Amino acid sequence: MSLAADPVEERSQALLKPHEGGPQSGRRWLLPVMLTLISLIWLFPLLLALVNSFRDYAFTAKNGYVSWGGFTFDNYTNAWQQADFGLHFANSAIITIPAVILTLFLSCCVAFVVARFSFKFNLALLGFFLAANLLPPQALLIPVYRMFRAIEVPLWISDSGTLLNSFVGLILVNMAFQIGFCAFVLSNYMKALPKELYESAVIDGASVTRQFFQITLPLCRPALAALAVLQTTWIYNEFFWATVLLQQGDKFPVTSSLNNLRGQFFTDNNLVAAGSMIVAIPTLVIFFVLQRHFVAGLTLGATKG
Amino acid sequence: MASKRKYRGIDQLSTRDKVVVSLMVIVPTLIVLWLVWLPAIGSVLLSFTNWDGIGPLSGIKSVGLQNYRDIATIYPPFWPAIQHNLIWLAVMFLVATPLGMLFAVLVDRGVAGTRFYQTSIYLPVVLSLALIGFIWQLIYSRDQGLINAITGGTTDWYGDPNVNLWAALVAASWRHAGYIMLLYLAGLKGVDPSLREAAKIDGASESQTFFKVVFPVMRPINIIVLVVTFIESLRAFDLVWVINKGRNGLELISTLVTQNVVGEASRIGFGSALATIMLLISSVLVFIYLRIAMKED
Repeated sequence: MSLAADPVEERSQALLKPHEGGPQSGRRWLLPVMLTLISLIWLFPLLLALVNSFRDYAFTAKNGYVSWGGFTFDNYTNAWQQADFGLHFANSAIITIPAVILTLFLSCCVAFVVARFSFKFNLALLGFFLAANLLPPQALLIPVYRMFRAIEVPLWISDSGTLLNSFVGLILVNMAFQIGFCAFVLSNYMKALPKELYESAVIDGASVTRQFFQITLPLCRPALAALAVLQTTWIYNEFFWATVLLQQGDKFPVTSSLNNLRGQFFTDNNLVAAGSMIVAIPTLVIFFVLQRHFVAGLTLGATKG
Repeated sequence: MASKRKYRGIDQLSTRDKVVVSLMVIVPTLIVLWLVWLPAIGSVLLSFTNWDGIGPLSGIKSVGLQNYRDIATIYPPFWPAIQHNLIWLAVMFLVATPLGMLFAVLVDRGVAGTRFYQTSIYLPVVLSLALIGFIWQLIYSRDQGLINAITGGTTDWYGDPNVNLWAALVAASWRHAGYIMLLYLAGLKGVDPSLREAAKIDGASESQTFFKVVFPVMRPINIIVLVVTFIESLRAFDLVWVINKGRNGLELISTLVTQNVVGEASRIGFGSALATIMLLISSVLVFIYLRIAMKED
């Protein structure tokens, strides 16, 4: 023990010495190798599906998946026809687009009121919406199903004559479940906007409507972009409500229609792989093109910005 | 005229403004009340009745706790379902979530190629769990699946009730770990860098810095991750539904509720009791989540 040694000096010496596994140690290669390995394992199931979606069933049935060859594009054309993806993509669009737009608009309304004014009920209101987003949908199925079956709507809204088996019903349910999350994220975002903006708007005599459309919404564009991307993915992927509330197979969105590719006794896995890839394309496009927004949307909610 | 109005702070509202503000709150509130909260109350109330779903609502008779007694005693899939949900939760909590956190910590160290690693790991997050069930079929299928092709086995990984829960859990963890990694990574980025600096100067090792400094300051995000894990485990449905509609080794509470409503045998009161059990469990989690998420307000 040398009492004379400067403790600061001692510490900085220790810092210069290589740590085990640290950036200065001889095992610098370990982390990239580990991460590469993990990444490859994580990509593997998707790559397997991608490669085999381009392979002939007869070939892989004979040679197994641990082989090479038998490439064809037929699975895609067959899958498209057999599952009637044209129709189902249209259904997905009819459900997803209005649901996302309405969800975002109504969430903005709630968030605006909560963030702009200091009403006593603000916190309770936000809790009311956010909690709704977290309940298990299956637990609400029975009353929703019964109500939808009992509520009659004009035939021009739904050819089934009730909300059950109608796109409108499904859009409403999706909205009800997603407003909570979006309102929460947006209210946090709006609370960060400077109050002075509203002050000068009020002095200038701008109505609440004008403040909402001309001040708040334009400033929320980044948050709205992130949420739009996230909600499009979620509602497009939504499976439970679509499966139980739409009973005619021809109304199913793509996610619920994949089952059409499964035979009753026999399933051509390569065909299913091609179908899966077709269904995944919109979300993969979102993933590669709008990744930044997707991640931002997902993490905005958890970390308050 | 409006500009001549006397300024009384930013909360002043004209009559028209008041109508607009009311509408902005009332319309979304009514939708959520109608399609989430009323059904939640409905499930609880119906669980005490014997409604078969056919007669008029006026013919409903209260049966007290009979449905709950039946579930616990004469409904064979119930206890397996509870067990499966608990196993699901345990695997997510003990394997998938820590794995996601580990990935986040590794990715956060910023070695070259971070973007590639991060992207590969969370790629499954954009896919629906229903789709994931189909994709993993190439690995699990009995006759052509990759596992059997390599090992020469004949296990039907999706069909065999002894293994299919575990097969489903591997696929579910694949997605869950990526999701947790994303949430956790965002949290790690938010940690004040000077804390790490200070720990480093004090001579703490990497793991000491993480467990003694970074992990404790990330308490809010840790709890969010925990609650997300619990809620997702309770809501697990899509994956097992595409595999075999939640039968034969894959029973979960969520699939039992659905089978009791959509199937031929629509036992409303009975299914509602199952739904109420789900609601009870989730309400505890929701309560914790709300307290954390809204703490600052």
